[in-house]
Amino acid sequence: MRAPSLLMLFAAAAFAVACGGSPAPEEPAPEPTPIAEPAPAPEPVDDSAERERMERERMAREAEERSRAVAADLAAMINFDYDQATVRQADQATLDRKAAILQANPNVKLRISGHADERGSDEYNLALANRRAAAAKRYLENKGIDGSRLEVISYGEERPLNPGTDEAAYAQNRRDEFEVTSGGDNIVAPQ
Amino acid sequence: MIRYLFLFLSFTAARTLRAQDTTRVDQGVRVGVDYRPGVRPGLVVLPGPGIDSARAMIRRDLDYSDRFEMITVADASALSTAGGGAQEEGGPVNYALYKGLGAEFAVELSEAAGGVTARLHDLNAGRLRNQQTVPLPAGSDFRLEVHRLADEITRWASGTVGAASSRMLFVSGGRVYRADSDGHDLTPLTPAGQTALSPAWSPDGQRIAFTQLGEGRGGVVVQAHSGGAAFLAPGSQTALNITPAFSPDGRTLAYAHSDERGTDIYIANVIERCCAQRLTVGRYADNLSPTFSPDGRRIAFISTRAGPPQLYVMAADGTDQELLAPFDYGATGSSNAPDWSPDGANVVFHREVSGSPQIFLVDVSGRRVRQLTSSGRNEDPTWAPDGRHVAFVSDRSGRRQIWIVDIETGRVRQLATPGATRLPSWSRRLGRTTPVPNP
Repeated sequence: MRAPSLLMLFAAAAFAVACGGSPAPEEPAPEPTPIAEPAPAPEPVDDSAERERMERERMAREAEERSRAVAADLAAMINFDYDQATVRQADQATLDRKAAILQANPNVKLRISGHADERGSDEYNLALANRRAAAAKRYLENKGIDGSRLEVISYGEERPLNPGTDEAAYAQNRRDEFEVTSGGDNIVAPQ
Repeated sequence: MIRYLFLFLSFTAARTLRAQDTTRVDQGVRVGVDYRPGVRPGLVVLPGPGIDSARAMIRRDLDYSDRFEMITVADASALSTAGGGAQEEGGPVNYALYKGLGAEFAVELSEAAGGVTARLHDLNAGRLRNQQTVPLPAGSDFRLEVHRLADEITRWASGTVGAASSRMLFVSGGRVYRADSDGHDLTPLTPAGQTALSPAWSPDGQRIAFTQLGEGRGGVVVQAHSGGAAFLAPGSQTALNITPAFSPDGRTLAYAHSDERGTDIYIANVIERCCAQRLTVGRYADNLSPTFSPDGRRIAFISTRAGPPQLYVMAADGTDQELLAPFDYGATGSSNAPDWSPDGANVVFHREVSGSPQIFLVDVSGRRVRQLTSSGRNEDPTWAPDGRHVAFVSDRSGRRQIWIVDIETGRVRQLATPGATRLPSWSRRLGRTTPVPNP
């Protein structure tokens, strides 16, 4: 049993080095078995059940993360230039991801709400924000999404995201928000 | 070259008109039988016993008419003694004394049975010019009746009727409020906890219309000005419907309907509650903020058909659409919120200048644009019934409040309102429901 003892010492030293300090004397040496020798044929039934359970948990976790990511992609806002209702180049990818998700989930319906910053006329901002929501709808329709799944509403400047009065706040407030109104359970990720 | 010329013109226009947004009296043209160029006639409201509230209101109304140089006398019990004045039943008026103070007119108010008697003394002519006795009812009609008397005195002295007997609608905290033209008698007309926008008067002042904004949608509500039975304007039951305006005969309501095809102007019959009809075809552009000419034959409105929102005009059936206020594409800021003047000659609106909205006028025949304000943000103008005052929203005091400018003198005053206010709408003169005997 000399070799295992040496290995144990080596492992302890390596541990100490890895920890960047002197080995704590009270700390027991790490379990040598997996390093020292291959596992001596463990009970195969127990292990595979455990692996399956972990695998299932991992997959469930990943599925949850995926669906969270999908939901986040669906809800991701897009922003607009001042007094503009054109979908910006940078936001096309955001809408493309929504289009793919909507293709993969034919029961999902979205409500698109347009918003404006507080500059400009209160009344005109309702029309402008409506145009912003309609622009996102038209973009998604051009990607093959049925228009009946996309509802357009406008809040004008009435619901700012950021109450500030500087350009950074205004830029945040010029936006479309996307809300799943039906078919939101069990959303699958696009292929 | 043309563009440079335009820029030059707008620059000079802005420079000369900047001076208007002051309390300085403009040395300009004046209308009215007693005006001399550049001079407002002095007027004194004589102190006297009783009817203090009516006297204070009339004095303020005459001041707010911007037609007179108001002369204040502390206490005229000593001044109202005999001395060359006409001997009227209200007591002698010392013409020489008030003339010496710079007055051309003296307004004498005295209590009459159940009402008040107003007398206008012409101090230069040394005679009583007009008098009228009106009953003063109790309740909220009291103030309107006093305002009407003030308008009548303004007409006696200046030849033009004042705008005191009118009311203002505006939005504060999501509610529509109504106030007298002097800012008093503030009354909420819609419940708290909702978002109302863009209130508008019917020409007879009996009804109002406004947008009731729900979850990103909203109809145009038509209701009696005092509250009560309300209905949604035909065609406004779906999607978002904004910026209502009554036709001069009160039968037609024009408004803008916003849906995924854009925003377009519709008209509907609000007497028979039918027959919604689309007037503009935007194709993803916006057409909104209609306002009728006083003869009801034309509608000025805002359109984004050429890019940023600008001011257009069309026939009331939607034909003959054309640009109304000239703009220089890429150089002129957005224009919004038009209101056609009661005399039909001008449309007032706001236009962005260096990032801030300012009040502008365009005269309908000559298509010349004038700037009326320059300090702070000034927006959403609405005409007074006298056609020379414009109320608008300004942040010059720190938060958005309603201000009133006299476009002839440039004098500006604030309407007393609670909290932050926006989207004012000024009524026409409000008529009596029962006629008043004229002695």
